Amino acid sequence: MKAMLSAFILGLLFALGLGLSGMVQPSVVLAFLDVTGHWNPALMAVMAGAIGVTLPAYQWLFRRRRPLFEESFHLPTSERITLRLIVGSVLFGVGWGLSGYCPGAGLLAAAGAMPTAIVFSVGMLAGFYLFKRQEAPALSKPPLGDLP
Amino acid sequence: MSEILRNSTQECAAARLWGSENPVHAASPMTDTLLSLWLALAGGLLIGLSAAALMALNGRILGVSGITAGALGLTANDRGWRRAFLAGLGLGGLLLGLFSPQTLQVEQARSLPIYLVSGLLVGYGVRLSGGCTSGHGVCGLSRLSPRALLATLSFMGSAMLTVWVVKLVTVAAA
Repeated sequence: MKAMLSAFILGLLFALGLGLSGMVQPSVVLAFLDVTGHWNPALMAVMAGAIGVTLPAYQWLFRRRRPLFEESFHLPTSERITLRLIVGSVLFGVGWGLSGYCPGAGLLAAAGAMPTAIVFSVGMLAGFYLFKRQEAPALSKPPLGDLP
Repeated sequence: MSEILRNSTQECAAARLWGSENPVHAASPMTDTLLSLWLALAGGLLIGLSAAALMALNGRILGVSGITAGALGLTANDRGWRRAFLAGLGLGGLLLGLFSPQTLQVEQARSLPIYLVSGLLVGYGVRLSGGCTSGHGVCGLSRLSPRALLATLSFMGSAMLTVWVVKLVTVAAA
């Protein structure tokens, strides 16, 4: 119950941070990505602010045994550099560059009833299901063989 | 002249927050850019705070794409906290839409099919790579994960390239 409540409140806090940062406005994101035009560094400031808090917090937390409301930390176990990591990220970037919406911003703006974001989110969920239907196991192998 | 200046500003940070009735709306483009940078930093701090707290309390990575896929039952079994997180996110979007619609504003919107294609690529891509801007970009980099660094450089690079290509195409078409 406590874990549900904290997740809810932190979802809300995340949403307000995202809204305040300007990252739910596609034009701000696209101005950051437009390196040959009127470049707007705002996204760098968002990343700096976020990592500036999360990185030291994580380093401190991971020296403790467990989180407050759960038995243990749930962390990704894979450390392999795979083709699907790179191909997936490149595909994500192309989609991001087309609209200026990343998943968080898109869902947030869709909840705020922006028609562009609703269409984006429908496409994104369709992409989730498409991936689920045809997961590509071949891409899970490391592109350079197992790295040391 | 001042009208042109105001229009040339890419976005008015003050108006974004408080609505266009606020006198700060008339601020010069320079102060406005600075203000929006400070707001970006402040928003980033809140994002960092929620990511740090989700790890401290729930022991979870704050990755929106992974949380959403899990909430839909596409990956994990523990849907509860994921749905709670998304409910909070949705409430945030609803509140922003009601009280500060400027924060969700879309300037120079593209056609709706572009948003659909963009969503498809983003959705398929983030599932294939296992994370998006929040999961790889904020949390992964904060864990000092080489995978996250490579992912972040890949999607930033391909997004910049895409914006450049779109610009070339639209200029050529004009």
